[in-house]
Amino acid sequence: MTDESHPPAARDRGTLLKPKLSPTEKGARFFFLVCAISALGQMLLIMVFLFTEAGRLFVSLDGEKGVSLGEFFLSQDWYPTYPSPSYGALALVAGSLSVTLLSILLAGPLGVGLAIYLSSMAGRRSREWLKPAIELLASIPSVVLGFVGMVAIAPFLQNALGLPSGLNILNASLFLAVMATPTVASLGEDALSAVPQSVQDASYALGATHWETIWKVILPASLSGLSTAVILGLGRALGETIVVLMVAGGAAQIPLSLFDSARPLTSTLAAEMGETAIGSAHYHALFALGAVLFVLTLAFNLLAHYLGKYWRRKA
Amino acid sequence: MLEAQKGFGRQRRYREQKLAFLAIRLAAGLSLGVMAAIIIYIVVNGVPALSWAFLTEFPRDNMSAGGIFPAIVGTVLLAVGALLTALPLGFGAAIYLAEYARPGPLVTAIRLGVANLAGVPSVVFGLFGLSLFVTTLGFGRSLLSGSLTLGLLILPTVTAAAEEALRQTPASFREAALALGANRWQAIRQVVLPAALPGMLTGAILALGRAAGETAPIVFTASAAYTLLLPDSIYREVMALPTHILNLATNSVHIEATRPQQFGSALVLLVLVLGLSTFAIVVRAKLRRGRQW
Repeated sequence: MTDESHPPAARDRGTLLKPKLSPTEKGARFFFLVCAISALGQMLLIMVFLFTEAGRLFVSLDGEKGVSLGEFFLSQDWYPTYPSPSYGALALVAGSLSVTLLSILLAGPLGVGLAIYLSSMAGRRSREWLKPAIELLASIPSVVLGFVGMVAIAPFLQNALGLPSGLNILNASLFLAVMATPTVASLGEDALSAVPQSVQDASYALGATHWETIWKVILPASLSGLSTAVILGLGRALGETIVVLMVAGGAAQIPLSLFDSARPLTSTLAAEMGETAIGSAHYHALFALGAVLFVLTLAFNLLAHYLGKYWRRKA
Repeated sequence: MLEAQKGFGRQRRYREQKLAFLAIRLAAGLSLGVMAAIIIYIVVNGVPALSWAFLTEFPRDNMSAGGIFPAIVGTVLLAVGALLTALPLGFGAAIYLAEYARPGPLVTAIRLGVANLAGVPSVVFGLFGLSLFVTTLGFGRSLLSGSLTLGLLILPTVTAAAEEALRQTPASFREAALALGANRWQAIRQVVLPAALPGMLTGAILALGRAAGETAPIVFTASAAYTLLLPDSIYREVMALPTHILNLATNSVHIEATRPQQFGSALVLLVLVLGLSTFAIVVRAKLRRGRQW
């Protein structure tokens, strides 16, 4: 292949250090730049579409009065298909937060426990097959988990506890925890393994036991990574749709007990978007829910990012 | 007695360690055990529903008999479409980030975009796909809309995995190529890419496995409850395994009568997704072990 990037003319002009780029070189570079920028563009595009579709709920259209922001955020009445519909998102947000927080109460300790086991206790052999196994478990489709929740756990809960229905926030959080645990475990394991061996050796040299080294040295040193792992697990549970659609019960109310039914934001979207006419107020209300969900998950992601940074600076 | 002679409460400290380790082993065992139990439950209940006819026939009698052939085909087509969407864009972005980019506000913004995209819930991608592909661009509920939506969903994962693979190619490879007179693009195409491509592809397949099992992004962009025929163009609605399971388990006329179909479909989906992921993980492990650098 002839080399086009260093034409003799460049030498004459004294630009040897900055060779003139050939058209292919320039073209390739430009193409890759466009690809990279498209990732950013996609994020912006998602926001534009989500927020414009959502915004139409709040402005008057065709003589119909728009919904007020106060009603949307503070009312718990979600009756989108009534003759005089009301679009209050409070109960749905409460539903999302309750199953998410409950699930992380389970997935947090379990995931961190699994991470500690992997990073500090398991032998090299078992580590080598456990890590990919966890990665594999993270890819169990959510519809399969939701299905098991429906056909196996719901009847069990109903019979064992004498409930009217086994589809409730307890059941949903159990399966969200199953989804979030691998995420917490694998990110947490990365964080724990990043603690330098020399720090651990120093702890042993001072006479600390294995557990004391884990508890007083490794855990504090990896707190930033661990908190990031837990919050990202939280984000995953918050955005999970099909599991909660299938097992959370679906009643739009603020849940007050473990055995109450709930209708999280995500399951509302999945259940109602197919039924509604494109462009209707209901359609825009669903996009508004999507926008709330988007903002919440973005907030969790940014929180994870900055918490990580904060702990790192303290350490 | 001196504190040192008692070993600073050695017995108590080792008792503590024993208890703590027991708790951690329980946590690890419980989380792995639960996930294994879920898989076993699906396998045990799904295997009786499987037959050659189940895999190769169309559903009959309100889905209570016949097979799931169109749903399998639909899922495979959607997965291929997603890969075709995500590969060029994701690999291109990764090549830019790993080979060309210099630190600056643009690169920071791109990285922030990629990182945050990965955290956007899949149902929000579904909304986006509905609004952009189905409505605004007029593709309708179709194989095309669904593939594009799934492709965008896996794009951040594909990009991150590909960049990682590119970064693991030693700098000396590039330097050697440049020293021989290659320009940047020649070095990338003829030296860096051949070395990094297997790693880039396994990362993409791993992302694809996850996408094939996704339900929320295709519910309102691609999937039909039932189709009479296989799709003959990319503008057709398709059946897909995840939505098929969802429909049968929550919406169908005979929820109890279609139970075997539900278990069978869940098993097929599980095998498809875990098979794809296992394949990618095994190949990746082989690559890592066999690497010369």
